[in-house]
Amino acid sequence: MIQVENVAKSFTLHNQGAAVIPVVTGASLQVAAGECVALVGQSGSGKSTLMRMIYGNYLAASGRIMIGDVDVASAEPREILDLRRYTLGYVSQFLRVVPRVPTVEVVAEPLLATGTERNAAISRAKALLDDLNIPERLWGLSPTTFSGGEQQRVNIARGFAYNYPALLLDEPTASLDGANREVVMSMIEEAKARGAAIIGIFHDEAARDRVCDREIDVTGFTPKAAA
Amino acid sequence: MNPLLNVDGISKFYGHRIGCMDVSFDLFPGEVMGIVGESGSGKSTLLNCLAGQLIPDRGAVIFDTRTDGMRDTVTMSEPERRMLSRTDWAFVHQHARDGLRMNVSAGGNVGERLMAVGARHYGEIRDQATDWLGRVEINADRVDDRPSAFSGGMQQRLQIARNLVTGPRLVFMDEPTGGLDVSVQARLLDLLRGLVREMNLSAIIVTHDLAVVRLLADRLMVMKDGHVVETGLTDQVLDDPQHGYTQLLVSSVLQV
Repeated sequence: MIQVENVAKSFTLHNQGAAVIPVVTGASLQVAAGECVALVGQSGSGKSTLMRMIYGNYLAASGRIMIGDVDVASAEPREILDLRRYTLGYVSQFLRVVPRVPTVEVVAEPLLATGTERNAAISRAKALLDDLNIPERLWGLSPTTFSGGEQQRVNIARGFAYNYPALLLDEPTASLDGANREVVMSMIEEAKARGAAIIGIFHDEAARDRVCDREIDVTGFTPKAAA
Repeated sequence: MNPLLNVDGISKFYGHRIGCMDVSFDLFPGEVMGIVGESGSGKSTLLNCLAGQLIPDRGAVIFDTRTDGMRDTVTMSEPERRMLSRTDWAFVHQHARDGLRMNVSAGGNVGERLMAVGARHYGEIRDQATDWLGRVEINADRVDDRPSAFSGGMQQRLQIARNLVTGPRLVFMDEPTGGLDVSVQARLLDLLRGLVREMNLSAIIVTHDLAVVRLLADRLMVMKDGHVVETGLTDQVLDDPQHGYTQLLVSSVLQV
């Protein structure tokens, strides 16, 4: 389902003396339907960068990133937009939302965007928020004023609202207490059971060991530092 | 699938100065394209060339018309272009005054558009106009007031209602929130965002405000000195800018 082939990337900071920062080279990996693969490596080794490239948020300098039949590295913008709507979900580390939109609408959005009827979408959103212990009195409020943990749970609810065949999870259990971590673990297990291909970044080793089938160390893709 | 709009090599010169140079892109149904750049970048010149307000010196603007398939709007006759701008196209100006008739009532401003495309039943026109005023959050009791009695934000919302009442497929917007207070801007952006999604509109939005494009646009073109220096998905261009000028723009935005 997800196939990354020989991907490379560097950042060139034109306004800072044209500094070139190579971040990834020769990155290759595969994830089949129903598998959960963890990206591991120390902070700054390129895990989130690789994940963002798979999502099309960062440009790959070379290589292919196949999600099903679409090569994200060379696809047209509208193909990637379509992919993000129906095929590839992404739960980033930090919730970023349009201000002033109520939480329940934020979570329902991926369902509404894929044609789910409004009442059904809102019900599903409420069920997810309930599972993730977001109190009902907050559902009508914008999540911008919530605590870090609450925002992350809204982020996760939104990411799991629609049944994406492929899912990218960046630190889904960070900022969560034991009970909520448990809920997220079950949600990931359910997604695997229905055949989703999942790539996750978990600093929490216990969580990683529980839901991931394999680990891929991205330090293997880090360019060797110049002497 | 045919693009809704195929822009091919649009160039406009002011004497020996470049307004915009060799701009090409395709826009598909339901896509919102943002065009950003600083003052003098050529973005408004480009928008005006695309919307038929300026005649480009070179290039074609090919639109997928309802009845005649793909037609180059640059070479269309004036009446044909005018009809297009009342039905399938809409233009939201930065200053509402440029897009409204200030001496006609609010209801009249919206109703006029309906009459221009053949609506004749006064009661129905008034009902539709009142309905649209409600959708842009203008109270029904203001339907007979002139826009000169409205605040800037209300005038802008009226302009949007006037433009969208005929169900256009492509909306051009030039700095739609420029000059408005921050809270008024926010409300207007929410409204635009909702309407674009509800009506599955395609839109081309010119702005210097990166936060506006982040919110409204799927794709982004960055212009400098009349040239497009970078283009791509909005989140990609803003999060992973490749061109030095884009990097400068993105790093210059202040965080609140």
